[in-house]
Amino acid sequence: MTYRVVVVGGGATGLSTAFWLRREGAEVVLLEKGVVGWEASGRNGGGASHPYSPLFKEEQRLWPQMDDLLGYPTEFRPERIRVGLDQAQLDQYARVANMAVDQGFQIDKLDAKQLKEMVPWTPDKVAGGLHWRCGGHANPQRTMQAYAWAIQDLGGKIHQHTTVTGLKTAGGKISAVLTDQGEFGCDAVVLAAGPHSGKIAAMIGIHVPMAAARAEMIVTEPLPLIAVGGVDGNGLYGRQTLRGNLAFGGGPHEWIDLPDSKTPRAVNSPVMRSIGRRLVEMFPKLSHVRVIRSWAGVIENTPDGRPILDRLKSPDNLVVASMSSIGFGLSPASGRALMQLATKGRCDFADLSQLTLARFDDLEKDWQEEKGWTSWSPALQEAAS
Amino acid sequence: MAVGFDRTSIAGKEFPLAGQSQLVVIGSGAAGVAAAIEAARLGLSVTLVDEHPVASGLIGLDVPYMMGERMTAAVQNQARMVEQIAASRPDIAEAFEAGVDVQMGVSAWAAFVEGPTSRALPGRMLALADEGRSWLIGFEKMIVAAGARDLALAFPGWDRPGVMGAQGFGAAVTLYEAFSGRRIIVLGGGAAALQVVRQAQAAGIEVAAVISATSAIAAGLTSTGVEVLSGAIVKSVTGAMEVEGVVTASLGGGAERRFACDTIVTAIDVTPTVEMFDLLGCTTVYDTARGGYVPVLDAEQRCSLPGIYAAGDCAGVSDAGLADPALAKAEGIRAARAAARDAGLAAPEDSAPARAAAPARDAWRREWLAAHAGPQAPELIICRCEEVTLHDLLGVRPPRYLSYDEKRFEKRDLRTLAQDGPVNQDQIKRLTRAGMGACQGRRCREQVQELLAMQGNQPPAAIPLPSFRAPLRPLPLSVLNAHDETPGMRANWSGWFGIAAQWIPHWEKVPENPEYYGGRIFSGGEE
Repeated sequence: MTYRVVVVGGGATGLSTAFWLRREGAEVVLLEKGVVGWEASGRNGGGASHPYSPLFKEEQRLWPQMDDLLGYPTEFRPERIRVGLDQAQLDQYARVANMAVDQGFQIDKLDAKQLKEMVPWTPDKVAGGLHWRCGGHANPQRTMQAYAWAIQDLGGKIHQHTTVTGLKTAGGKISAVLTDQGEFGCDAVVLAAGPHSGKIAAMIGIHVPMAAARAEMIVTEPLPLIAVGGVDGNGLYGRQTLRGNLAFGGGPHEWIDLPDSKTPRAVNSPVMRSIGRRLVEMFPKLSHVRVIRSWAGVIENTPDGRPILDRLKSPDNLVVASMSSIGFGLSPASGRALMQLATKGRCDFADLSQLTLARFDDLEKDWQEEKGWTSWSPALQEAAS
Repeated sequence: MAVGFDRTSIAGKEFPLAGQSQLVVIGSGAAGVAAAIEAARLGLSVTLVDEHPVASGLIGLDVPYMMGERMTAAVQNQARMVEQIAASRPDIAEAFEAGVDVQMGVSAWAAFVEGPTSRALPGRMLALADEGRSWLIGFEKMIVAAGARDLALAFPGWDRPGVMGAQGFGAAVTLYEAFSGRRIIVLGGGAAALQVVRQAQAAGIEVAAVISATSAIAAGLTSTGVEVLSGAIVKSVTGAMEVEGVVTASLGGGAERRFACDTIVTAIDVTPTVEMFDLLGCTTVYDTARGGYVPVLDAEQRCSLPGIYAAGDCAGVSDAGLADPALAKAEGIRAARAAARDAGLAAPEDSAPARAAAPARDAWRREWLAAHAGPQAPELIICRCEEVTLHDLLGVRPPRYLSYDEKRFEKRDLRTLAQDGPVNQDQIKRLTRAGMGACQGRRCREQVQELLAMQGNQPPAAIPLPSFRAPLRPLPLSVLNAHDETPGMRANWSGWFGIAAQWIPHWEKVPENPEYYGGRIFSGGEE
């Protein structure tokens, strides 16, 4: 009999995990309460350049292969450029870049003139830029559908509009995942439900600390393509898409309550005007370009902002997966790591030792309030003071 | 319990307001002006905004109406256009006199209100813009009187300059008096087509013919003296660069007829402008008798969200309403009285009768699309901005700027996608890009909805309303730009959450006091 893994959550992490599991021959059932890739996994900056992650090298190795591996286009394009308008920005971006250099990747410094040759939209006076000869970016929406179709092509099962209602345990293991569409028996479970994972784990008394927040982005009309579309800076993350649109975000997020398992309607806020301000500061030559759309998405963060990628001791067939707000770009690598955790119990290509759930064992109960990572309103503030 | 405060979050951020109004009214059509005057007379402070005259650049994008590049250069002179509109609308002057703060040439591109994912704002905010900048004003209540939009429906050649909508034609002829065409063909056989013919005749514009796919023709049309071809289709549009004529045929494939014209006015129907309701989170429902998705209202024009009201065509279009603005006016007055009462003011009881029940009006769309967008026309463009063809839409193909393995897609289409769950227009948008363009979906959202429904043998109501997002009008970056931003925003700006440990190697233990490597660009500021 084949090994049957139920993956809970059809976001970037869950989809990639299901894809790798199916490739390795496991029987895969993916449960998604709505539509795959619908939330933050399908609407984000699309970046694939995360040198502070132990999955960075694998991220870099896999992305150039993803179109072929999945069989559907992801719109992946290599390389990044980071714009530092002043020296302080440039220094800060260099510190992150140095982590990639330390791992053997090439990043070139660009002076104002070199930067302008690559990104003609930048101001005449600019501190400089960094040209990452690694990293890249892809289209989140298209990548999510590519994962899903690849899973189906490999014979995996995706159940959309299926909400988890409970976990059945027997003999120190999860024996089945209960849903509003029936029961799914399993040999192992990967819990990758993003901001909803905490509530699902709590169904069997496991505390997965996470706080949910809303973040937003703006999108412009398409522009002629520049050589390296993965260009951002000035406190913004984003890119020029392959179609030519600019999609950028950054700035204040809003911590929110998730009262139930439903998909929250993530709205935009007046912060979008400040995103526009920073975009026009960075690309003053584009001040006439029209903004035509905006997005918001809901993401989770763990108390230290780092992933939880962990196969628990009890129940010992449960793998907990949260990428702590940085899931899309790392997904090719995180899914492969989670596949290994689910099938072999350990990951053989990355050091995940700091990403256990147990690191939060001594966490204060009111950690969210202490950090101010709770839904805030002027009325609440008044009541508190 | 210690209560912390996350300075990089939206908590405590200030968003300067350029004004405050108890009531904002969106749209200065018959409903909006009547609502504004009534509300001001009942004692509310009222701001009335209307986007006309719109920036000439937007007119070229078919925003807000399908203008088909048939406007004279006069629209580039905004001052003249303001005078022109004031002259054509004496009721707007009456609103001024009633004490309403009337702002013409100002678009309402977003509103921000409390909701499940938005609690941090100190109050309700309306985002406004003119050609040069954007700003926020505070409000308590809002009457949306945004009217109707053009219903764009495809036919071969509909993407050429010279193809307008009924609303666009009406605005060009009656509001702007800046229509550059001379001889038009009108498509459609209902009240919207009749209105276009009457407007054209009043303005001395020649109407070559009326072409309707359906054989049910509005009674008034046959007495206009214009030739009406019923049960007819547009076979092609002649003209190398723009519209110079139309070739028609009868539905069954009968004899061709040729007409010379410089403009084709698509007037099969119009559809309610519901973008603000959806943005705010008001419940909407597809109503076949009201011409599309409409806000769910109580008997006094209240939406599901407290303090938001709808009046006029945006609450539903009807033949009676297209023929007589008095009905929209009555709804505006009713909404104003409800708003006044909800604000604790006295208001007279409403005596105007509620809207009469009306017959379904969506069959026209389906008949038109069945005749023009069938299997015989795989290359028919459905989304003009993104150049999505009927084949690409129904086949859920990636956009044409991408190369992909066609073999892989042979087994994928709308029907296989539907096997994984109900098809959703936002999902189709992501896959094919239909509706993602610079016109913000104005020229394709209704026909994509109808085509998805037809493909699944479903009623259009089975396809959920695709979301509307801010900005509700395309806004240049220089306009969106928060020129009024507070220092606290800059001081605490973070590229991504301001979590120090997130930006240093995750294979090392989190240090006691991690130094911030991440996206915060400016430090030392005050909140």
